[in-house]
Amino acid sequence: MSSPLALDVADLSKKYGDRMALSHANFEVPMGSICGFVGPNGSGKTTTIRMLLGLITPTTGGGHVLGESITEPEKYLPRVGAMIEGPAFYPALTGFQNLNVLAKIGGFSTDSIAGLLDLVGLGDRSDSKYKTYSLGMKQRLGIAAALLPNPKLLVLDEPTNGLDPAGIHEIRTLLRKLADAGTTVFVSSHLLSEIEMISDHLVMLRLGKVIFAGKTIDLLAKQQPVIVAKPENISDLNKLAQIATAAGHQATIMENTVHVTGTSDFSAKLNKAAFEAGITLESLTPVKASLEETFFEMTSE
Amino acid sequence: MWNVFRAELTKLRRPSLSVSTLLAVTFVTSLITSVLFLLVDSPEGNGERGVRISRDVLSLPTGISLSFTNTAGLLGVVALCVFAAQTAQEYTYGTLRNLLVRQPSRMKILLGKLGAMKLFAIVMVTFSAIVGIALSYLFAGVKDISTQAWSTTDAKTAVWHSFINVLIATIGYGIFGMILGLLFRSPISAISIGVIWNLIFEGLLSAFVKNIDRYFPGQLLSTVAQGGTDRISYQYALFTSYAFLLVGLAIVAFLFKKRDVAN
Repeated sequence: MSSPLALDVADLSKKYGDRMALSHANFEVPMGSICGFVGPNGSGKTTTIRMLLGLITPTTGGGHVLGESITEPEKYLPRVGAMIEGPAFYPALTGFQNLNVLAKIGGFSTDSIAGLLDLVGLGDRSDSKYKTYSLGMKQRLGIAAALLPNPKLLVLDEPTNGLDPAGIHEIRTLLRKLADAGTTVFVSSHLLSEIEMISDHLVMLRLGKVIFAGKTIDLLAKQQPVIVAKPENISDLNKLAQIATAAGHQATIMENTVHVTGTSDFSAKLNKAAFEAGITLESLTPVKASLEETFFEMTSE
Repeated sequence: MWNVFRAELTKLRRPSLSVSTLLAVTFVTSLITSVLFLLVDSPEGNGERGVRISRDVLSLPTGISLSFTNTAGLLGVVALCVFAAQTAQEYTYGTLRNLLVRQPSRMKILLGKLGAMKLFAIVMVTFSAIVGIALSYLFAGVKDISTQAWSTTDAKTAVWHSFINVLIATIGYGIFGMILGLLFRSPISAISIGVIWNLIFEGLLSAFVKNIDRYFPGQLLSTVAQGGTDRISYQYALFTSYAFLLVGLAIVAFLFKKRDVAN
């Protein structure tokens, strides 16, 4: 039996004038997963998120959020936390007051505000005005605001923008903790290495179209692993590439190394063949394709 | 709607807005009251557009609230600015998307905000009435104007009527500001267009074109604040000005409900 879905989108499209911002998108996000939402700038990520949150009306198609149709956002938004296109708050109010405004509007208890500010590391600056916050602090406040409803689904658009490495690590840990507690996290980011580390599902967009939707490991498994071989003597580079090619593998010389497509099984064979040909290898490293490489490969023209 | 109302009050209560607004109210009320009483003997006049308001008129039971009534136009400008800014800044700060995620019913957002801003207008008008009446007593003493009739029942009735009329007018100007805020989605554009329209466009045309003020919402609201004039009845001014405002509000509410929130 398939797991229940936090999000499902069917044939969802949005057209602005003659420009198709999102074209017939279809994807599903299982409940309790962390789903990375990636794509180059202008690929339709924010448009999709806005449609899921009832901020803009789809041109065609539809979908469901937490089992409710996106045409009735009032049925699911009380269970959804969101930060869209970066944090946006009232500059003259303090961090605490800004969250207080949102808690009152949503009808949530204001008792949790202090705890949430502590959670995102803003406890000691909760009484400072928002306009005095750094970019990283604003981002943290945005995440605290998204957590106000104790959400079943958390939608975050670029949550690590402006954060330092320690802050990025904290957010990554927090998202994992939330997912482990049953919250579905739908997160868009340009930091693909971060997405690769935390997400178990991926939705990838390019030019308004979904080019991949599914498990992250399935996407990475589709990519050919590479063996990077470095001969001790640079003059052996061509000879080494010929050995790999002769064995039926694709080989490319890059700087002082030869990149050979193939699984780690071929490493031993390549090492033996190189030795027999009188080539001493300085290093031989099997490298798995990263999400970043896969992303560029899939989203390049 | 109640939740939005409470949240909006949190924003309106911030000192940078509430204190500066009450200071502006104090300034305009003091200005109008001091001109009315201290220039009572001036041949250039002491009322609106050079009208002379005599000592005898100021000594009547209605004299106690006259300065406050004359402040209505400027109070209206303050209300227009506050309502327009509070509405349009949701677009410029990008906070509208937060509000709509927490309260998807756009009509509830609109009505909750309007309710809170009306309460803010009540505080403004009450403050202006207190300052205006206090200064009237002070300046009446300075200029030796009799205040005997100001403590009669008629005077209390006059104060009450003036308060209601000025409040209706001030809220009307505020609604006009809210309409502009929703339409232009920028505080600067909404406020500048609103002030130019009210003070310059309507004011100049009404001074030069006879009877055209019967069709201008700002001029009609000013008439409401005065409780009607010889030329325009209170009922006509009230009905026509609010008809304009309600039609305007219905149009922008429709746009607000249907428009994509893409910023």
